[in-house]
Amino acid sequence: MAKLPVLTDGPFKELHPAMTMPEALREANRCLYCYDAPCTRACPTHIDVPAFIKKIASGNLVGSARVIFESNILGGSCARVCPVEALCEGACVHNSLQHSPIEIGRLQRVATDHVMERDIQLFEAGKATGKKVAIIGGGPAGLGCAAELAILGYSVTVFDDRAQPGGLNTYAMAQYKINTDFAIAEAKLLEQLGVHFKQNTHVGKDVPLAELEKDFDAIFIGVGLGATQKLGIPGEDLPGVVDALTFIEELKTKKPADVKVGKRVLVIGAGNTAIDAVTQAKRLGAERSAIVYRKGEDDMPAYDYEYEIGKSMGCDFYFHASPVRIEGNGKAEKLVCKNAQTGAELTLECDMVIKAIGQAKRAEFLKGFPQVALDDKGRVVVNAEFQTSNPKYFAGGDCVNGGKEAVDAVAGGKAAARGIHKKLNGAAANSKVA
Amino acid sequence: MKNSVIDLTTNTGGIISPNPFWLASAPPTNMGSMVERAFEAGWGGAVWKTIGQPIVNVSSRLATLDYRGSKMIGLNNIELITDRPIETNFKEIEKCKKRFPTHAVIASLMVESKRDAWHEIVKRTNDSGADGIELNFGCPHGMSERGMGSAMGQVPEYTCMVTEWVKEVAKVPVLVKLTPNVGSILPPGRAAVKGGADGLSLINTINSVMGVDVDTFMPYPMVNGMAAHGGYCGPAVKPIALNMVGELARDKETKHIPISGIGGVETWRDAVEFMLLGSTSVQVCTAVMHYGYRIVEDLIDGLTNYLREKGMTSPKQLVGKSAAAVTDWGNLDMNYKVLARVDKDKCINCNLCFVACDDGAHQAIKLVPDQARGGKAYPEIVDEECVGCNLCSLVCPSPGCISMVRMDGETQKLSWREVQEKGIAIKPGHANKNIERA
Repeated sequence: MAKLPVLTDGPFKELHPAMTMPEALREANRCLYCYDAPCTRACPTHIDVPAFIKKIASGNLVGSARVIFESNILGGSCARVCPVEALCEGACVHNSLQHSPIEIGRLQRVATDHVMERDIQLFEAGKATGKKVAIIGGGPAGLGCAAELAILGYSVTVFDDRAQPGGLNTYAMAQYKINTDFAIAEAKLLEQLGVHFKQNTHVGKDVPLAELEKDFDAIFIGVGLGATQKLGIPGEDLPGVVDALTFIEELKTKKPADVKVGKRVLVIGAGNTAIDAVTQAKRLGAERSAIVYRKGEDDMPAYDYEYEIGKSMGCDFYFHASPVRIEGNGKAEKLVCKNAQTGAELTLECDMVIKAIGQAKRAEFLKGFPQVALDDKGRVVVNAEFQTSNPKYFAGGDCVNGGKEAVDAVAGGKAAARGIHKKLNGAAANSKVA
Repeated sequence: MKNSVIDLTTNTGGIISPNPFWLASAPPTNMGSMVERAFEAGWGGAVWKTIGQPIVNVSSRLATLDYRGSKMIGLNNIELITDRPIETNFKEIEKCKKRFPTHAVIASLMVESKRDAWHEIVKRTNDSGADGIELNFGCPHGMSERGMGSAMGQVPEYTCMVTEWVKEVAKVPVLVKLTPNVGSILPPGRAAVKGGADGLSLINTINSVMGVDVDTFMPYPMVNGMAAHGGYCGPAVKPIALNMVGELARDKETKHIPISGIGGVETWRDAVEFMLLGSTSVQVCTAVMHYGYRIVEDLIDGLTNYLREKGMTSPKQLVGKSAAAVTDWGNLDMNYKVLARVDKDKCINCNLCFVACDDGAHQAIKLVPDQARGGKAYPEIVDEECVGCNLCSLVCPSPGCISMVRMDGETQKLSWREVQEKGIAIKPGHANKNIERA
């Protein structure tokens, strides 16, 4: 692609816009090039951050991008969606020395954009091993696994039930963080490695599991989590009550003008997805957009900087407000909450309620895999090589870790690929990719 | 505290200026209107762009060394002396002197190596009212191919001879500007003194190729597909200039002669360093080409505040104060020992000291996890291996974190010269304790 899709205006205007080259050079030169750097340690995929930044400073942008993608095949998406404040940038030594960390995420974007804009292919499929691996789920875990296997010479097919690959990067991240088309484009780069994508394909429905087991030497499960959990309160099924993932998916797949948003929006929950929902609702024109959370400010699961984003965009926050029921005449009009400690009631007027209280595990779906054990929380149990209790099946990402960052899913998928390689190759897997 | 009165007036070999900050002979002193604007901005003196038979220049002429985001830490030029008639330059000097009688205007001169030619131009300088003359024996490009500039400065006999010719007729002090493109600065410096120079100015620019465009394969600055070596100046050359100034300031034959220091002066701090090593005044070019005449404001202000802080009243008190501290290696005390000491409270865990010492020095730092500090690894100095080289403290980005602490107990000094002179046998190798006698 000659020009990467970005929105510079309107409700989807980027939170962290691309750097100009002078800006990138100044920032890259500010990097101290730490040895055994804390930023690299803090990255779940252990990208050699000082190395890629030094390469930006030297003008070796292709080399920089290679360092990034070698560790993290979704380096472009992660540059946009990673909670860098909590990971690499949070670990930067400049937090103490200059009180402002190196902008690692945005620098990573400079390098990855450079090669994507120029269609520079960095990797090739490895010499064919003659073995085939099926990947179930085209999200970060599946893609991380697929890329690694393709480079190692496996024939890889990704089965994904969505119209487009990319998983949550494509369908569930606030649009001001990552543009849908970008997430899709980066996922599709894996086609250069010979990875086959079967979209709109439900394993177990469109493709019988028995067929996969017959056709493939190993199977990777990277199906993530399921739908938003139920509140279990009266009025939950009233029109005007939506779940956060559906709301965000709508704005990821439609034009801003076509996304329906209320005038008074209440978002139940206080995680990072809740912040995405409340801020996007505000950006889309809600007069009031508020978080309603049953516990206190300090208990919020959202990262501090996400909370800051919400506040800076003018969103409201109601704490110690446990939803009791949703009232309304044929549609959601009021949310009644109770303070669990004092018993005091709070009634908030609304015309839209967004549920963001976390995704349910996909235990029912996962139980369909033969002899693949789940723990008591519905997570797939894996060993150090990311192999499940059924030796043919490997797993990684949210369905294993219970729900973490995209970058953790990529790391999990990649580790599983090495596990698969070790199993299928017999010998210790010496990855071509560091 | 009562503020002392600071007088920045400077006398460089008989050339008086209201402050020690002069513009070097270069594009910023190309013509009268420029020098007048510079004086208005506060410059104490200006060495006129070299006057001689006008030349034809090429374009382009300049190229820079940029480093890690800093523009122009070095500058290179292939511009020659004035391209304007001799007559015009002297007329403008006359006009400038009338308007600024107390500022120093120094005529930089360069003509072919003939006694008559030098006499002629020096006489015209006398008539112009200029306060001094600077002989350009330094330009390393273009003019040197014509037997002038550094072609003179590189041959002490010529330097002496032309200086003598100039002194035969000059009615104002004569400075000789030296080229650094020599094996040692002492022979040309001594030759200038022998020829009767009233002062020395140095350094002129250094032979250089600034770089090559790796896309077009063309060196900079490119002139229609070719390039020539140019003269290198700017902040990057300061250490070279300081060494040469210092050498002349402590040499028996030249130490009495005033020096106008040149080479990478951009701030008052640079100027103070030049003065401490023996310069009476300093000349500035690159910094002005980068930022304009306005930088003189902080040169003056910074120097004034510095002198006040030091309880001094004149920059004269700085001149040569550090010159004697620079000596030959053989005079250094081999028994003086420093060891690195780390203040963990100031450590930011970048580990740069570790890798620098491990790969670039003496493997004298270990990274040791500190459970009291969350298990983070901190540098620990292995005293037996530390040779006190300074490297760790130099790479450390956190001020005050690594210090070099004296550990020898101030024992008796022992220099290599003494070892030689007294025939003391010592064991070779680095030592972190006193020199072992074999």
